[in-house]
Amino acid sequence: MSLSQALHLVLYEGNGAQPLPGNARVGAVSALLERGYALSCSTSDVSLIPDGHTVVMVLGQFGNGSLPPVQQPGVTIRFHDITGLDGSQIAAHVEAFRTETSSPKHGDWKPWFPVIDYDRCTNCMQCLSFCLFGVYGADANQRIQVQNHDNCKTNCPACSRVCPEAAIMFPKYKAGPINGDVVSDADLQREKMKIDISALLGGDVYQMLRERSERAKSRFSKERDSEKALKERQKCLVKLAQAGDIPPEVLMALPSPEEIQRRAEEARAKAQAALARQ
Amino acid sequence: MPTAPHILYCNCTYAQVVSKEVKEAVLRKLCESGVPFEAVADLCEMSARKDPSLQRFSRCGNLKVAACFPRAVKWLFTSANAALPSDQTEVLNMRVQSAEQICQAIDNPEITPNLPSGKAVAPPANELAGSAVVA
Repeated sequence: MSLSQALHLVLYEGNGAQPLPGNARVGAVSALLERGYALSCSTSDVSLIPDGHTVVMVLGQFGNGSLPPVQQPGVTIRFHDITGLDGSQIAAHVEAFRTETSSPKHGDWKPWFPVIDYDRCTNCMQCLSFCLFGVYGADANQRIQVQNHDNCKTNCPACSRVCPEAAIMFPKYKAGPINGDVVSDADLQREKMKIDISALLGGDVYQMLRERSERAKSRFSKERDSEKALKERQKCLVKLAQAGDIPPEVLMALPSPEEIQRRAEEARAKAQAALARQ
Repeated sequence: MPTAPHILYCNCTYAQVVSKEVKEAVLRKLCESGVPFEAVADLCEMSARKDPSLQRFSRCGNLKVAACFPRAVKWLFTSANAALPSDQTEVLNMRVQSAEQICQAIDNPEITPNLPSGKAVAPPANELAGSAVVA
């Protein structure tokens, strides 16, 4: 989804509009931000329509005053008088205009995704190789990049823990340096920073899951006890979750061991190909 | 006389990692000051969607961004093809600074650039006392 068509709001308090009382301004701005909108608070009609936006709604207490003389080819602009409206009422009018102009809706997706610190990244491709969900890829210059933000599993910081350089941030994570805080020497020295999940489980995690799958199959054939096998897998995943601060729901949503193996091999191949082309 | 810096406020709407009290106090201060400012719901979302507004902000000259960690803000903009000028950008960190500190910084017409550069590593904790340096 591109936001180039996203509705942009301007809270205008310049010539032709009455300034809002302080509390009303706070209420209006807060209500719009909480609903996912971005807005410019402006007193000048010179920059009323910011570059790059094609749908703009100008909110102000226009009353009987004259509207700012703003027109721009290719831009849909709507002036809306907000005199006497509270934040929720203003937001309802904005929402109606958004629907009318088919502008994208905000807030359907929690923006959780990795952000790469290229000052630290050594392009080792471990993240690409590790991620089973196709979040990472390589650009035309074979440099690692985040390509599919939406594929990332909310609240899962696992790839940042396999990065040997602490170069992967999740700005909404609770603690540093994953949240973007400065990386300290202690962080780098701490083995926790680069959790080798495979080591935690005594070997390759995918291999381990494969082995467990084989054992489970064996049990199925002997006991036909699928519940027991599921419990076994859950036990393994809980261990992973604790070690890497990975939300259990993410681990529980992992596909079958066979599918994990297929995806892991695919990711590894992508990483190796990118490295080979460097 | 230097031109007043542009101000960008991020509400971090889709997460609870920034103290509500700090966010509200900073927003109230901005609204009551009467200065023009830009407010966005969530810089992370805008970065993921490569919102064209980010390029506008990156080109506007002296900029104070009230958001989160400078390292995160720097790379959120960069990954949206809107690299911030390191000598003209000051990031105010609502995750660690108090509302009072941030409001004081907003009032100050001078820019104190603080985007990290290079492979910055923080000094040991005992050397950090009273310092918010990130580069």
